[in-house]
Amino acid sequence: MAILRFILDGLREMFRGSRNYWLWLMVLTVVVAYGATRYAQQVMNGLVVTGMSDQVSWGFYIANFAFLVGIAAAAVLLVIPAYIFHRKDIKEVVLVGEGMAVAAVTMAILFVVVDLGRPDRLWHMIPFIGRFNWPMSLLAWDVLVLSGYLVLNLAIPFYLLYYRYRGKEANFRLYFPFVVLAMFWAISIHTVTAFLFSANPARPFWHTSLLGPRFIASAFASGPALIIITLQVIHKVTQYNVSKSVIDTLALIMAIAMQINLFFVGAELFTDFYNEGAHAASIHYLFLGLDGFNSLQPWIWFALTLNVIAVVILMINPLRTNTLYLNIACVLAFVGIWIEKGMGLVVPGFVPTPLGEIFEYVPTSVELSVAAGIWAFGILIFTLLAKAVIAIERGELRYPEKVSPYSL
Amino acid sequence: MAKDSRSKETQNKFDMARRNFLRGIGVGAAVSMAQPAWGGQTFGDAFDDFFQKHYKKMTADEMQETLLRIERKAKIRYDADISCSNTPPQENVVFGYAINISRCQGYRDCVQACVEENNLGRDSQVQYIRVLQMDQGDSNLEHSDHYYDPEEVPVAGKYYLPVQCMQCDDPPCVKACPVEATWMEPDGIVVVDYDWCIGCRYCMTACPYWARHFNWTEPEIPTDEINPDTHYLGNRPRPRGVVEKCHFCIQRTRKGRQPACMEACPTGARIFGNLLDPDSEIRYVLENKQVFRLKEDLGTEPKFWYFSD
Repeated sequence: MAILRFILDGLREMFRGSRNYWLWLMVLTVVVAYGATRYAQQVMNGLVVTGMSDQVSWGFYIANFAFLVGIAAAAVLLVIPAYIFHRKDIKEVVLVGEGMAVAAVTMAILFVVVDLGRPDRLWHMIPFIGRFNWPMSLLAWDVLVLSGYLVLNLAIPFYLLYYRYRGKEANFRLYFPFVVLAMFWAISIHTVTAFLFSANPARPFWHTSLLGPRFIASAFASGPALIIITLQVIHKVTQYNVSKSVIDTLALIMAIAMQINLFFVGAELFTDFYNEGAHAASIHYLFLGLDGFNSLQPWIWFALTLNVIAVVILMINPLRTNTLYLNIACVLAFVGIWIEKGMGLVVPGFVPTPLGEIFEYVPTSVELSVAAGIWAFGILIFTLLAKAVIAIERGELRYPEKVSPYSL
Repeated sequence: MAKDSRSKETQNKFDMARRNFLRGIGVGAAVSMAQPAWGGQTFGDAFDDFFQKHYKKMTADEMQETLLRIERKAKIRYDADISCSNTPPQENVVFGYAINISRCQGYRDCVQACVEENNLGRDSQVQYIRVLQMDQGDSNLEHSDHYYDPEEVPVAGKYYLPVQCMQCDDPPCVKACPVEATWMEPDGIVVVDYDWCIGCRYCMTACPYWARHFNWTEPEIPTDEINPDTHYLGNRPRPRGVVEKCHFCIQRTRKGRQPACMEACPTGARIFGNLLDPDSEIRYVLENKQVFRLKEDLGTEPKFWYFSD
């Protein structure tokens, strides 16, 4: 019964708070509701209401999906120092990081679902009832690793929080193997997502063995960027203790990951452009435009500029340790990578088509609205989870154990 | 299929009323989810639609029921009396195709015939065959013109390259599908179960020949233009939100007929036949002409060749 009480107390805590907290929940709910109505419009009329076509058959939805899997994977950057190196400061916020992973995976899954032509047939994927093309299909792999990651990131914090709630010591030997599993799993979700793209010789732009490493590097830059900002916000609105040392560690990881990511981008540019063959058409389209079509060109240069400024700030020690500059770097890196590995990765894979046709893609207002709704939904999930996690971690939420009369 | 249409209409009305009632009490969500793109069917059909099994898992009886339901749905949607069959592959037959590019004049009669034969959406303008206009002396697909529209073809200095599904023997699209909604049949045709496809379009991403097309909208076809002779894995009406592709006119070729594109070609550029029959014309071409395949380096083993005189 204690578990039931734990869940109920947790839920109650999620919906308790100041006026500003409620206002925040309301704003998010309104955006979610708006996104849902636009999605209903898409379901009624078909994917024709999106900007996608036979030529560019994946767009804004899948771009966000690829980016968000990276954010989810980045939670491992808190998990490793917390559980392997026993960093006390990081251990205090690791559950917040795992809450972020839950929210990010949920968003990633939703972005795939809204991209489906027949969401009513999702059950066809369920093993045994449906037909699950595993291990052949990379998409089947992705479904498997994403849902597994979601379960791990729900189960481990649930267990730890429950013991904290009971005021008991969690059994390290019991949960540690799962923590280790979750670490490898985090790398796997983003690797599989990269392989989903790089597995296609039909799309030379993606068909590079560097894609997996690039995905991990950019995830380890964009993830900490988001975590750094989020932790500061939490610190500000809840006075929950977030040590400066946590931010410093994340900033350092980010500084390294950003450099590696930019190095990878440079390596791709060199390889494709030094002896420019037919395989370089997509990257040419992305950076320079092709036959007068260049809708992505300003975006990728913008993203690259943001990333370069961010990496410069992060590499200069006095700037990186300055909160204002660090925050600027985080915002720039987050936006820069969102463009670079979102639209900048997905769309050029389709331009030109395998038959050499150049057809441009621009997302419609339906896609933008549905995406906004999903992002708001993810932020909502994170807010609620973080609210309960913080209350339990602080000891504000406790199971009223029966006090033994003899213990007095 | 000429059953008493009047009593069926009454039945439909009754079922509509029942559905509206159910919707009122909240079962509606499930019902409208199950309602396929062509809509307006009975509750029972919608229910069976939703829970319809994978092609390979259906028993003979279930398949028979499904085929009848497809015919009923076509009646409602297109007001057309179609017959939908499930003709099995013939023994010792693997189909292959070859195109003589020195004969192709770019008329695109094949495209037209394919659209009509295969009940392709007229508004959505899905076409399984794309004829590329190429400059003589250039085989770079990126220089091809997909939408050539001169006064007269052939245009001097150009040649024409028709492209459609290559029916790869190692098809990357089949690997890609997360739900096994597409596979290669024993006669070598790569087919799609339109009632199983979830519309993720990963197969379109995997295809190096841009042979797969998605129903972004309802495929609309005027009643008098419906081809009533259909096959489950072929040209039967497709719902919105699923992928489709060239299937070598499975509804014709499994009965020994030519594919519509070959029949329509006025220059005799198209050659189709059984790769396992040493006396077939396609085998003659493969053994006596200098043939090549598109993007052979990708290792997908297309069963589709090009040659010239």
